[in-house]
Parts: sequence; structure tokens; C-alpha cells
Amino acid sequence: MAKFKNIYNNCMNKITSSGVVTRKDLWTYAMLAVIFVAVLVSDSLGLLTRQLTSLLVPVCCYIILAVSLNLTVGFLGELALGHAGFLAIGAYTSTLFSIAVQDTITSVWVRFPLALIIGGVSAGIFGLIIGLPVLRLRGDYLAIVTLAFGEIIKTVATNITVDLSKTTTTSSGAEKVVEQGLFGSAGLKNAPQDSTFIVAFILVVITVAIISNLVNSKYGRAITAMRDNRIAAEACGINITYHKILTFVISAFFAGIAGVLYGHNYTIFKPSTFDYNMSIEILVIVVLGGMGSIRGSIIAAIVLRVLPELLREFSDYRMLAYSILLILLMLINSAPGLAGLRAKLSIKNAYLSIKNKVMKRKTAENGGETHE
Amino acid sequence: MTFLATLVNGLSLGSIYALIALGYTMVYGIAKMLNFAHGDIIMIGAFSIFTCITSLKLPAILAILIAIVLCTILGITIEFLAYRPLRKAPPLAVLITAIGVSYFLQNIVLLINKLSNKTTFVFPTNILPDISLKIGSGDNAIIINGNTIFTFIVTAVIMVALTLFINKTKMGKAMRAVSEDKETAELMGISANRTITVTFAIGSALAAVAGLFYGGTVISFNHTLGSMPGIKAFVAAVFGGIGSIPGAMLGGIILGIIEKMAEQYISTSLANAVVFGMLILVLTFKPTGLLGKKINEKV
Repeated sequence: MAKFKNIYNNCMNKITSSGVVTRKDLWTYAMLAVIFVAVLVSDSLGLLTRQLTSLLVPVCCYIILAVSLNLTVGFLGELALGHAGFLAIGAYTSTLFSIAVQDTITSVWVRFPLALIIGGVSAGIFGLIIGLPVLRLRGDYLAIVTLAFGEIIKTVATNITVDLSKTTTTSSGAEKVVEQGLFGSAGLKNAPQDSTFIVAFILVVITVAIISNLVNSKYGRAITAMRDNRIAAEACGINITYHKILTFVISAFFAGIAGVLYGHNYTIFKPSTFDYNMSIEILVIVVLGGMGSIRGSIIAAIVLRVLPELLREFSDYRMLAYSILLILLMLINSAPGLAGLRAKLSIKNAYLSIKNKVMKRKTAENGGETHE
Repeated sequence: MTFLATLVNGLSLGSIYALIALGYTMVYGIAKMLNFAHGDIIMIGAFSIFTCITSLKLPAILAILIAIVLCTILGITIEFLAYRPLRKAPPLAVLITAIGVSYFLQNIVLLINKLSNKTTFVFPTNILPDISLKIGSGDNAIIINGNTIFTFIVTAVIMVALTLFINKTKMGKAMRAVSEDKETAELMGISANRTITVTFAIGSALAAVAGLFYGGTVISFNHTLGSMPGIKAFVAAVFGGIGSIPGAMLGGIILGIIEKMAEQYISTSLANAVVFGMLILVLTFKPTGLLGKKINEKV
């Protein structure tokens, strides 16, 4: 046993000695790899129902959304309630682009990366636009402004019409109009379905890799320092403004990427989907997974997306359960009066107490010899 | 004449916002937290009035009183169960809890509604005496309906009463003291917890009254009735400077007028974007709001 532990530690040290990847991240990547293989195997064995297959890309979207929101909420420590707005921007700009160039760029392998760049960058630009006025704001004000921005994006999208409809001639010679483009509150219609699970999964891995590396970098330490004590961080020479805006832009960029996936998966969607409730749903994922834990966000995104599909008959209770979960998690995690309960519930403490018991038994078996 | 009519409509809507904003601003001033569930208490108020009148066939005045009592108890309970344990917790935790409470209230009402197989309801319009005021004559006349008149009168009375309460009574003095400096106030023998409970009670009672008027304005409603006016009232509170009671009144009325003007002269569907745009502008150039005080952060 001890031998294995040594080998494991040696391997880990070698990999992590470069300073780029931490041990925690390796577990995250291993988990992602296991999930990927599990999905592919169960798909080839025909274990996945149609419902579950249709969930694959949305789950990837939500993972990206949750991981990117975690950067703002978990690591920067600012509550943003407009994440669905960035998702909407990514989805709309990229699908409109894809529809417009559908006939000129026929290869998906050229079109989709371009769509990704356009969706991500335009969401990032909006992140910058939001980041600028909210610089002076903190806490509740920031939350409400991001909420307002989300609502503005939704409202503006309901008022825009970009008609890219085409007239095609069917084989019988009759002319047929294919409705494409953005039609105000009726939403976006008939975007090319370019998202696949493999592409979505690759994007998840890239997102997780970039964000966990950022968190481990100088930048990541700066934003966690700002979260823990803003004034002290500022006194240490951290440029608060710059880091805050940068976080907003990065978070928005990845939400935009998720939007591109979302748009090219559903192909038809209404602006009213991207409302306040959706932002809250992403927040629930982040909070449930643990603020500041990327792996937690991934697990929570999968659980909270797949579970409701499996428990469809209880769908009425889903949002109620979410709300109770939110309140209880916050009370148990943060209430000063419940510190004792927290210690009891902690897995780490439970592990330590079991370990202690085992050690004690061992010493007893060894006839009371003192054992290191 | 459309301008004058829009102005009256805006004033009426603004008075409702002001009522809700008062609840926000008082709670924010004293407990230093954003009570996201405040909007949903409006919804509960509107629902209890609706249920009392249409199902239980109670007289209007009794229905309103029941709604006020129910909302007050609800507000106190929420504060006790969800917010009090988090009094010393980080603001982010309190904010997320408040969002959870807001969702809880909405979904519990949604579930109850699903049992009766209905999701949209029609607010009874015959609660308030049917009076209307006609200004001007001929084509230029504008008619102000009963709901609007009562909204004005009741809001004005409540505002005067609240201002007197805050400035003249012992409890009001205690509230100001706690909002100024909680620790020192407690050293002076003021129970901060009791003061916060009273604040929640007053805020929730005002929300019930706002529920009556808002329900009468939108007529058709469901479990999300409170979320939009809730958010907008918060915008109003921020607009006037959060924590300031005259600020909430002023902010509410200005916001109501802006919203109705935008609906009339820009576009109905873009009105919300204009309102939220105003919030961002105000916060960008005057983060403390119109009548707010600048608070220096202590290390």
C-alpha cells in the first residue's frame, strides 16, 4: 500500500512540478476523461435513451456556463445575475453568422470555429461594456446591475428582426420559403445544427483547462486575494479595476462560447428563454457544486441537468427543491451559529476520525506499542 | 392631453413602486441586505386578497386586513428563519439565500395553483369604491379611475405616517440608530434584532398594500406577479439612494413616470430596457443615488 502511495506521489510530483497543472486539476481532467469514455461506451452499447442523447450538448453548455460563472462568483466573489444574457449574445450573433454564411462556407469545420470566435468575442465585448460601469460597484449593486443588463439584452433581442429567409425551389418546381434569422419575440429560427457532443466536449475540456490554469496563475491569485480582502489586495499593488474587468470579460467570453453551442444545438430558440430564471439556474449549479470549485461545478451541472430528466414526474417540485437547496446550503455553509454542525457534516473530518480510530485499533493490536 | 394622461399613469405606477421601494430601502438601511424576496411578498399579498374575495367571499376590507397581517407574519418568519442565522455571514451568502427565499415563495404558490389546475388568475376589480375623476372637458378630458385615486391617497398617507414614525417615535429613533451604527446602538440598549424584525414587519405590510394596488393595475396575474415590480422597486430605491426613505419615494415616482413615458413615446416592449438603462446610468455617474449618503468603507 505504501509502495503504491510512493509511486503515485512521485508521478504526481513529476507532472505538477512544472507548475502549470496542480494535483486538483489532474483529478478534474481524469474525471472528465472517465465521463467522456462512459458516455461513448454507453452510447455504443445503446444504453442512452433518446432523451439522454439530446441532453449531451446542453449538459456541456451548462458545464461551460457554470465553470465560467464560478470564475466571477467563486473566485472573484462578486454575484453576477446576468449570465444568461451573455449566453444569449453568443447564441444570437453566432447563429445569425452561421445562417448568413451557410451557402458560402459549406464546411462545418470552417464555419463552426468562426462562429465560436464571433459568439465568444461579441459576448466578451458585452462583458467589457458591463464591466466598465460596474467598476465602482460592489456586492448587491453589482448583482442588480448585471441582472438589469441581462434583462436589457433579452428585451432588446425581442425587438430585433433580422430576416435571412431564403426561397428554395423544391424538386417538384414549387417555390418554398425557408424562414431563417431572428424574428423578434418569435425568436431565432432554423440555424444550422453544427454542435455535436464531441465538439461540445472538446470545448468543455478547453474551458476547464483555461479557467483552472488562470485560477492557478498570478491573475487567479490576484482575484482570490481581492475576494478575501479587497483593501489589503489593493494595498499589495493589485490593480482591482483591471482584474475585475478582465474577469468579467473572460467569464462573458466563455458564456458566449456556451451560447454558440446552445444556438447550434437547438437551432430554434426564443429570447424569453434567456431570462433571469436561467441565470439563477446557473447560479444554483455553481453554489451547489461549491463556489470556487471547478470540479464541483462540473458535477453539479451534470447532476442538475440529468436528474430532472430522469425524474420527470416530479418536475413540478424541481424549482421548489432548488430553492430549498439554495437556502439550506447557504445556512449550513455560512451561518456562524452552525459551525458545529458543519464540522460534523464535513467529509474531511469524518475521514480523519475514521483514520484515527483505525490507528488506535492498530496500536491496540500491536500490544500498546507506540506507533508512528 | 396624452402627455397629462401618461403623467397621471406614471404617478400612479410610481406610487406603487415607491411603496415597494420603501420596504427595500428600510431593510437595506438597517439589515444591510438586499431582500430579494420582497417582490414575492407583494405576490403573496395579491394572492391572499384574491383568495379571500373570490373563494371565501369575504368583504373587501377584511380581505385587505388579512393580507396585511399574513404578509407581516410572513416577512417576520422569513427574517427569523433565513436571514437571522446569517447576520454575520458574508454578503454573498445572504444575497443567495434571499434569492432562494424568493424562488421558494414563487414555487410554493405555483404548486398550490397547480392543485387547482389554474396558473393565471384575474384580480377582483370591485375591491375599491368605483369612483372616477374627470379633468377637463370634451375631447381633452382625462379620466382618472378609482384605483389610481386610491393609490395616490393611500401612498401619500403611508408616506407621511412613515416619516412621522421614523422621526418622532422611540422605535423610529431606534431604527435610525441601528442603521447608523449597529454595535453602538446595541451598547445603548437597543435590541438590534427586535428593530430589524419591526422593519421587516413594516416593509412586508407595505408590500401587501402594494399588492392590492399592483394587482388592480395588472388585473391578470400569476405566481411571478411580484418579480418585475420587485426588481423595479429596487431600481427605484437605488435611484433615490438606498437607505434613504425620502429617496425611495422620489425614486419610485420618477421611475414610474419614466416607465410610462417610455411606453408612450418610445415603445411598449422597450420600456423595461429604458428603466434598467436608467439604473445603469445612475449607478455609473452617481453610485450613491439621488439622495444617498456616501459611505466610507472601514478596514
